[in-house]
Amino acid sequence: MIELSNIRKAFNQGQSNEYWALHGIDLAIEAGKVTAFRGPSGSGKTTLLTIVGCLSRPTSGRVRFKGEDISALPERFLTDIRRQSFGFVFQQFNLIKGLSALENVILPAFPTGRPRAKLVAAATELFERLQLAHRLQARVEWLSGGEQQRVAIARALINDPEVIIADEPTANLDTALSKEFMAILERFTEAGKTVLLTSHDPLVVESSAVHRVVGMRDGRLTGE
Amino acid sequence: MSPWLEKQRHLIDFTLASLARRKTRNLGLLLVYTLLVFVLASLTLFSNALRTEAQYVLAGSPEVILQRMVAGRHDLIPPGYLDKIGRIRGVQKKEGRLWGYYYDPVLNANYTFMARPASEVADGMIMVGEALARERGLAKNNTISFRSYSGKLFTFEVAAVLSPDAELLSADLVLLAEGDFRRFFEYPEGHYTDIALSVANPQEVRNVAAKLTAALPDSRPILREEVQRTYQSIFDWREGIMLTVLAGAILAFAILAWEKAAGLSAEEKREIGILKAIGWETGDVIRMKVWEGLLISLTAFLLGFLTAYVHVFHFGAAIFEPVLKGWSVLYPKFALVPAIDGLQVATLFFFTVFPYTAAVLVPIWRAAITDPDAVMR
Ligand SMILES: Nc1ncnc2c1ncn2[C@@H]1O[C@H](COP(=O)(O)OP(=O)(O)OP(=O)(O)O)[C@@H](O)[C@H]1O
Ligand SMILES: [Mg+2]
Repeated sequence: MIELSNIRKAFNQGQSNEYWALHGIDLAIEAGKVTAFRGPSGSGKTTLLTIVGCLSRPTSGRVRFKGEDISALPERFLTDIRRQSFGFVFQQFNLIKGLSALENVILPAFPTGRPRAKLVAAATELFERLQLAHRLQARVEWLSGGEQQRVAIARALINDPEVIIADEPTANLDTALSKEFMAILERFTEAGKTVLLTSHDPLVVESSAVHRVVGMRDGRLTGE
Repeated sequence: MSPWLEKQRHLIDFTLASLARRKTRNLGLLLVYTLLVFVLASLTLFSNALRTEAQYVLAGSPEVILQRMVAGRHDLIPPGYLDKIGRIRGVQKKEGRLWGYYYDPVLNANYTFMARPASEVADGMIMVGEALARERGLAKNNTISFRSYSGKLFTFEVAAVLSPDAELLSADLVLLAEGDFRRFFEYPEGHYTDIALSVANPQEVRNVAAKLTAALPDSRPILREEVQRTYQSIFDWREGIMLTVLAGAILAFAILAWEKAAGLSAEEKREIGILKAIGWETGDVIRMKVWEGLLISLTAFLLGFLTAYVHVFHFGAAIFEPVLKGWSVLYPKFALVPAIDGLQVATLFFFTVFPYTAAVLVPIWRAAITDPDAVMR
């Protein structure tokens, strides 16, 4: 589904503080599976996810998504792909304060022009699946960490993406909530979705919900 | 509904929600902005209205008015003066005018009484200005009594209410027959208040004035073009003050806009990053902010302009009164006729709405074109 070939990424290229975060990554990611990236801090996991998720472009190398080379596409097309195909669950959740949980969830669907009634119905269904229906109208800053995370997950799913990208999804959660998250992951794969995540958490990496663990160090893959 | 329309609706919804989220800040901004438009619009409307007034006043007045002076003061024109002028080349018409002020204790107001030839107003009849008729509840065929300065009561019948299109001129006007006028004010027979002369050719006005002074050394000709110039210089002076205020206001506005522009908060930048990361295009983000800017500036413009309109035309620009007091020298009492100049409104609109929207957009644009990967950290 996703093929990376010789991906290299430099920050501040050409300046005195030039830094190469990725040194030639070759990787093929299968559809319908959960792939976890594990590695020490600074090894380039987040950087790799931003490239896969079309949030940034590699300095060199190719990214193929469903056989199409997307590394050279202009911003507009990347945004389209990002909206249609990827759902993000950020480490800090990145919900928009002051808005209700519902508003946050339907936000990614605004540019698609789907009617509001349909969006609200879809969001309500997601909230029910995540056992959060009673918090629909609550402002996100009043929600607990676990609730916020489920809002973030619902937001990642509103456009029904094929790929879910989650960076350190359990970093802010206790064991019980982490386990709940893994259960949600299993449902994703049952629904045929592809999941990419990064984690330090043994509970995640060793979970049966994760099909494949990829190690990273210093911007290189270190094997499975 | 088409997806495009739905999308705009979503954007507006989100914009409204965003505005509501930063309520105090946006209300503050709206307030300052409205105030600014209010001051600017008041000034524009006011100066424009004054100009219109002056044009009205001058258009109806004769080219030359001759006053008699006694001991440096305006005095009555004695009998025989009109004949003494004789024939002057270029003077089309000369007539003695009779007018004066009457204080009405009922309304606590001064009216202008003016005599008209018998062909216009019959004895015992009057024509009254629209404002006066309104205040005293008068209509055609009603009767009204005025107590003259000597204490006698005079009763008149209203023959007509004057048309309101030049309210300033006719608001407090009472037209009555010459005989009634003389009886009412006990005005000596054969005397006039002043003499009005019509001169068709503007080039001849100065010659006529010179000849008048020669013929009647104790009189003073007042030329319309001189009055015009006096008005003009007073206008210019007023406008100087106004321009200073205007410049100050624009400066304040620039500062406001700049602060808003430069002060795109970390929170706002983060939100733009989030929106982009979850699939909003740069264009969507910018469109949303355009809606936001337009909503604020249009609301402020409308509110500011409407309050300015009410302020100038219903409250006589009360706030500017200290600066503009000098006007009472020219007009004993005046109410401005609502007059709006489309070009001025457009200028005002351009100078308030446009820079703000532009100033808001630049930093948004800069934030919106950066890669959204920063939200991942
Ligand atoms: N915008 C940037 N400018 C400069 N250097 C950057 C930037 N983003 C990341 N880096 C550097 O690139 C390297 C990889 O960063 P990355 O965030 O991918 O690591 P990570 O594996 O996700 O670490 P962690 O487990 O701590 O989240 C780090 O050394 C980081 O300092
Ligand atoms: Mg990271």
